[in-house]
Amino acid sequence: MDRREFLGLAGAATALAATGTAAASGSTGTSAGAPEFVGILVDTTRCIGCRQCEVACAEAHGLPVPDPRTDEALAEHRDTTTTQWTVVNRFDTDRGEVFVKKQCMHCGQPACAAACPTNAMEKTHEGPIIWHGDRCMGCRYCMVACPFDIPKFEYMSPNPRIQKCIMCHDRLQEGKLPACVEACPMDALTFGTKRELMEEARTRIYNHPDDYVHHIYGEFEAGGTDWLYLAAVPFDQIGFRTDLGSDTYPDYTREFLYAVPLVFLGFPPLLYGLSELTRRREGGEE
Amino acid sequence: MMASTTQSLERQRSLWEFLREELRPKGPLLTPFNIISIPVILVGLVLVVIRFARGLGSVTNLNQAYPWGLWIGFDVMTGVAFAGGAYIITFTVHVLHAEKYHPIVRATVLNGFLSYLFYAGALTLDLGRPWHIINPIIGNKFGYNSILFLVAWHFLLYMASEFLEFSPVVAEWLNLEAARRFLNRMTLGVVIFGVTLSSLHQSGLGALFLFSKPKLHPLWYTEFLPVLFLVSSIFAGISMIIFEGTISHRVFADQIDPEHHHTFEDIVFGLAKGAAVSMYVYLFVKFVIFVHGQHWDYLGTKWGAWFLVEVLIFTLVPCALFTHGHRERRMGLIRWAAVMTLVGIILNRLNVSMIAFNWNNPATYVPSIPEIWITFMVVFCEIWVFRWVVLRMPVLREKPGPRPA
Repeated sequence: MDRREFLGLAGAATALAATGTAAASGSTGTSAGAPEFVGILVDTTRCIGCRQCEVACAEAHGLPVPDPRTDEALAEHRDTTTTQWTVVNRFDTDRGEVFVKKQCMHCGQPACAAACPTNAMEKTHEGPIIWHGDRCMGCRYCMVACPFDIPKFEYMSPNPRIQKCIMCHDRLQEGKLPACVEACPMDALTFGTKRELMEEARTRIYNHPDDYVHHIYGEFEAGGTDWLYLAAVPFDQIGFRTDLGSDTYPDYTREFLYAVPLVFLGFPPLLYGLSELTRRREGGEE
Repeated sequence: MMASTTQSLERQRSLWEFLREELRPKGPLLTPFNIISIPVILVGLVLVVIRFARGLGSVTNLNQAYPWGLWIGFDVMTGVAFAGGAYIITFTVHVLHAEKYHPIVRATVLNGFLSYLFYAGALTLDLGRPWHIINPIIGNKFGYNSILFLVAWHFLLYMASEFLEFSPVVAEWLNLEAARRFLNRMTLGVVIFGVTLSSLHQSGLGALFLFSKPKLHPLWYTEFLPVLFLVSSIFAGISMIIFEGTISHRVFADQIDPEHHHTFEDIVFGLAKGAAVSMYVYLFVKFVIFVHGQHWDYLGTKWGAWFLVEVLIFTLVPCALFTHGHRERRMGLIRWAAVMTLVGIILNRLNVSMIAFNWNNPATYVPSIPEIWITFMVVFCEIWVFRWVVLRMPVLREKPGPRPA
């Protein structure tokens, strides 16, 4: 408990320090030493499905606020939407009901940002992935690329936006915790740097080996995500894809991109040479 | 002094009158094509207005699981493959100096340029925030790491180089002899640039789906998608030349002198061989990938059956038809092969971008009627402009004939 609060405050302070430095130096945006991404650890064994995170998220971002007491939303498995950046789903498993919060995983090396031709999807130095409306041209390649199907597009708007969890990037810059973390009454959500969260998650598994599957979802998935999950049941039983592999997404296209300058430099002389070799003596310009 | 000014004024006025004259419609207005295409285009324009006023969701069936639909899968992915003929033929004629194919260069380049202009241009209809389309170009924010950034730039540069490849024809049409000679001298350089760009963005369209590993069916997903897209663009382009050329030779018969009709047959037999060879290479690569991927078990599923329809019926069969048609010099077989190959390319591009995409996701996507309608509108617009140009500029005509009166 104390540790969690300490981690949370320390993490927020780190984030604040990082942005503060960025503002002060105005250049690189990283504080001295390697930048550490912040993230959130979700302990699904603690979640009771009260959906206060959903309420807090909606309030913090001016979205329609759900009413968990009456709307029966847990009856079915929901996806996030343009107006619900996080949703809690209920899964019936061998070990009873498990509630799982879903939102952007904030990958360490995200597919969406690697896909974006305008850098509208940005992996900030602090960790949250945010969207810049002044850059986005609405091609939706981020949605094609995202292994978690997270970016959501406003199809019914003439001025559509990409909407998703931004890990309360704005609140972090004010030194506050993400709204969902602050609202959680069960300490199911822990904010901190990914390194701290990994230590915390391993500690919980070590101390309570029978309460958890010995896997931290997000440690390696899709190259590692800043959101991490602990669970009592295998992750494929509670709505997670376990076939994503551990390659980071930029790796999938790196080889192709490396080949581009080679082709650009290699082809023209080759083609010109071919043209000279096959040119007939009398062949003029036509 | 005075005289020369008057002369240039006169020349200007005559050019102006010439252009005005050329802008007038030619030929009968009530042809079957016009009767079908005019309403399609007019209604399509209304749909485009609705799309921009009320959002993509008002006319398309796109959804959160299927952010890309028919406009990307067909208009862009398939359209660009079909336009591949231009880089194949300019390479063959200007780089390899295979003069035999010279008579079809102009029509092919024109078709390629207009395909890019309209089909890749249709991309702007699909963009949610098209007013930011200049962002990747003017570079206030370059997404260097993005395949789509690369493809966008290559589209733009390739359209410019195709226009330059075609520009001597425009100069000839306008009787600008000096400009024509200058533009002609640039041709080889522009062609080399264009072939380089084409090989990169044809493969780049396949590379777009390298990110789709968790979403695309394993029978279609491979790290060699760029290679498959590049090789298949060769026979897609060649088949389109045969298909388009066959139609052009009937519709615009009066533009072509009889001698050329004869050479065209010879050209088609050569093209058939080229298509067959590239299809053998494609099928070989596809086979190696399939064996290497160890996906035998998928063949028994409905996805396997669908995969075999694409690869056997619409790639292997037309490949055999091309081969046989070339050997026996049977034009009919080659035409059938070309049509089947085009269907196979449509299937392949739609499979990768839409059909086998999200195979493991309960979400579905079927193009809406307006989406299909607008696709037809784009195709018809391209044909209108193609016809407009062919009837005025020396595209199919061998020599710069007399200006149409």
